[in-house]
Amino acid sequence: MRIKELGRRFVMMLRRGKLDGELEEEMRLHMDLRADEHSERGVISEDARAMAQRQFGNATLLREQSHDAWGWAWIDRLFVDVRLAARHLRSAPGFMALTVFILALGIGATTAIFSAVNAILFESLPYPNASRIVTIWEISGEGARNDGTFGMYRGLAERSRSLDSLAVLKPWQPTMTSAGEPERFEGQLVSAAYFRVLGVRPLLGRDFTSADDRLNGPNVVILSNKLWRRRFNADPAIVGRDVTLDGNNYSIIGVMPQGFENILATGADAWGPLQYDMSQGRAWGHHLRTIGRLRPGVGIDQAARELARLAHQIVNEQHPETYGRDFEVKLFSLQADITRGVKPTLLVIAGAVGLVLIVACVNVTNLLLARGVRRRPEFALRIALGAGRKRLMWQLLTESLFLAVMGGVAGMAVAWTGVRALVALSPPGLPRTADIVLNGPVFAFGLAVTTLVGFVFGLVPALQISSSPHRDIQDGSPRTTGAQRRTRSALVIAEVALAFVLMVSSGLLLRSLQHWFAVDTGFDASHLLTMQVQTSGRRFRENAATYKFFEDALEAVRHLPGVTAAALTSQLPLSGDSDVYGVHFESSPVQTSMEDHSAFRYAVSPGYVETMRIPLRRGRLLDDRDRTGAPLTALINESYANRNFPRIDPIGQRLRIGPPNGPLYTIVGVVGDVKQVSLGLNRADSVYVTPSQWRFADNAMSLVIRTHGDPAALAAAVRTAVWSVDKDQPVVRIATMSDLVIATAAERRFALILFEAFAMATLILAAAGIYGVLTGNVAERTREFGVRTALGASRGNIVGLVVRQGAVLTGSGVVVGLLGAAVAGSAIAAMLFGVSRLDPVTYAGVIVILCCVSVLACLVPAWRVARIDPANTLRSE
Amino acid sequence: MSERNEIPERDEIPPGTLYMLILKTLVRSGELHGYEIANSIQSTSRDVLQVEEGSLYPALQRMLIKGWVTAEWGVTSGNRRARYYRITRLGRKQLTTEVLQFDRVIGAIQRVLQAN
Repeated sequence: MRIKELGRRFVMMLRRGKLDGELEEEMRLHMDLRADEHSERGVISEDARAMAQRQFGNATLLREQSHDAWGWAWIDRLFVDVRLAARHLRSAPGFMALTVFILALGIGATTAIFSAVNAILFESLPYPNASRIVTIWEISGEGARNDGTFGMYRGLAERSRSLDSLAVLKPWQPTMTSAGEPERFEGQLVSAAYFRVLGVRPLLGRDFTSADDRLNGPNVVILSNKLWRRRFNADPAIVGRDVTLDGNNYSIIGVMPQGFENILATGADAWGPLQYDMSQGRAWGHHLRTIGRLRPGVGIDQAARELARLAHQIVNEQHPETYGRDFEVKLFSLQADITRGVKPTLLVIAGAVGLVLIVACVNVTNLLLARGVRRRPEFALRIALGAGRKRLMWQLLTESLFLAVMGGVAGMAVAWTGVRALVALSPPGLPRTADIVLNGPVFAFGLAVTTLVGFVFGLVPALQISSSPHRDIQDGSPRTTGAQRRTRSALVIAEVALAFVLMVSSGLLLRSLQHWFAVDTGFDASHLLTMQVQTSGRRFRENAATYKFFEDALEAVRHLPGVTAAALTSQLPLSGDSDVYGVHFESSPVQTSMEDHSAFRYAVSPGYVETMRIPLRRGRLLDDRDRTGAPLTALINESYANRNFPRIDPIGQRLRIGPPNGPLYTIVGVVGDVKQVSLGLNRADSVYVTPSQWRFADNAMSLVIRTHGDPAALAAAVRTAVWSVDKDQPVVRIATMSDLVIATAAERRFALILFEAFAMATLILAAAGIYGVLTGNVAERTREFGVRTALGASRGNIVGLVVRQGAVLTGSGVVVGLLGAAVAGSAIAAMLFGVSRLDPVTYAGVIVILCCVSVLACLVPAWRVARIDPANTLRSE
Repeated sequence: MSERNEIPERDEIPPGTLYMLILKTLVRSGELHGYEIANSIQSTSRDVLQVEEGSLYPALQRMLIKGWVTAEWGVTSGNRRARYYRITRLGRKQLTTEVLQFDRVIGAIQRVLQAN
């Protein structure tokens, strides 16, 4: 029944205009009929009409009562309130501008951060049933995440019943020389089911089949939509045409659709079949990414249990000897996997921006309270004229909502700018940045925040109106009561506390970053230019050709003016390279499963260790003696040597790299530890050999060049020197080593920049809060101060009163903030590096800064107090 | 002043009884428009009860919302458009409740007045 009544009310609201007309007509008919009746009795027509009207009553009032009955009188009142609010706010443009500005910052920053968090963490990936796509990892006994192996992939693909499809992939950078200028692009070599796992079919042509993905299978390639448009003018007849990639003919079999987003390698423009070569003995090397699609109805845990069981079965049956037995198989949803690294950071940033929003609200509440005090006479008048308290509360709420909406609109502009800044600042590891936009959900969020904010900061002044005794309002004096003063002080203390929390958090992040960059890389990163030189083309199938090309290129670079030393390495520290091999020391042939003997394998030209300035600890470095045919030699790093040869001299010991039946290398030297993966990881076990003593030629080598002056200035000359040897070979990833070092902290810097901005904003707001409260108090207590001065208080005493109040506000804020900061410290613990979350230096520094700022905020009010002339103030009241 | 004398002496209807009067009138007469309802109440009360005629309309609107009456546009004998009201089942139930309540109150008041 109630529901039906609501329905009728709703219908009436929608048909408001029509109903109005109908009611009007009905009432007119009534009066006409009554007037006719009077006329028939002989009353002259004007009188008859007047009589009818009198009998009818107050038509306007009755119409209003009918509107009330329809249930939308509140709309009319709302309009009145909004008009009133607009008029009030227009009369205080400074107040309005300040409020809207603060709200716009708060709402805008929150919305911008939300747009990122939403796009990255919550929006599902752009694939059908994306939640069923999983990545599969092997977690070693010591907890490291290992890439998949081809052997494991093949075994799981044959046996698993919980997966629809399974694929492995690795990066590919083919150079295209067929159409126009030679160009190298990003791509992926994938097993046949890759696109089926993602659930996306090519727009043109066909997907890979298992016939494509076998050793010596056909050279086929699928292109991205972008590449197809850019290089082939979106030719609809492209399928079946040939392109030359790395000197070989490839047949184009498909083009991906336009909206296809390749999450695992966003820049990929070409896909080729993996055509894995089992004969190279790498089938059990961890260098492939594995993804799969769960069968409908199969849970991720269920699949994980099955795959774990199968994986151990496979390893036991096929007993690859380098494969550790102590590992776990873990499945992650693709979404969780790509956001794994950034999720904690993003959530912490979202929390921080929430604090900023709270501080903005608190600040605006305080402004409204101060204004409410000044508007007391107005309220007294309105109550005297018969306005109800409820009505006044509604009016105040309307005003704050009105402010919030304006702040929200301006906030959207802030958010729009903020989103751009976020994307520009975003670290390379941040996935899906292209999807960070102001879309429907983000606007809805902004609207929700705006409304919430309006209610929150509107409620306090409104409640004050309703709770203060009548005579307080009605005496109309624009003075604060004790309760109001306490409310305002409490709000300021809250602001100071929140500012303290954010400042401590960003201080801790700053100190972490300092510690991060203070980490010893193990080499000298200054004046070092790096770039990767790759070989592309058929002639490099011969190892000798590859060695020759790299040697010639290195020689050309070494002769450049400004170059003091140069060398080549198969993997460059801190560049993202990670080439790990199992290592067996001859002295300890029996491997315990607990001990991990894998190490980074570097194929380096003689002179590499010298160029990098990695210290030599024992023995000798690699040099030109260590060539093909000469006894096999290797260097290992210090901590690795100490761990494996705690009592004997490592020099002269022998080891095998890769398969246990491989050749033995003799250790000729021990060098210092180097950070390979990250400054934060201590994994440094390394083996260095010369390229010509390695069993195959690496087809991509990094140049490291020590320079006299600015290393970046030499980049073009070095590239030209490489091209003077062979102009068709791509040179990529040009960067100075210092840039690479800085890039290792990209996410930390991103978080730090945001935290610093947030902390700065809240600090300013808190200072403004202190200033506001003190100024207000000074203005109200002018008379009191006058009396005190007249009674003999010195200027110093009176200024002391004001400063003491400021100190109490700041001090209380800091005390509350200490608790908050301790909590916040544990929230950001994962982002800290080399710093305790209760780092006393940070805490002390923040307290000092806060105190200085609060002293600044006290200065103006104190100065005003000092200038009070007792005679004037006493006369003025 | 002269007009007032032509209108017979009337009493305001007791507060809260307007719905009941309207509902009862509709039960008796079926379908009426506002003017007819006002006239009907006045004439059946032998011109004693005076409805402030306009106040019928907010009341009728409220009753429409409550679902006690329905309304349909029709044409009067004078060939003018008018809204005709008709009581619903819900309205009849409401009438019963209100009449019972009214009887109870009146009875109580009378008992108070007749007590010695």
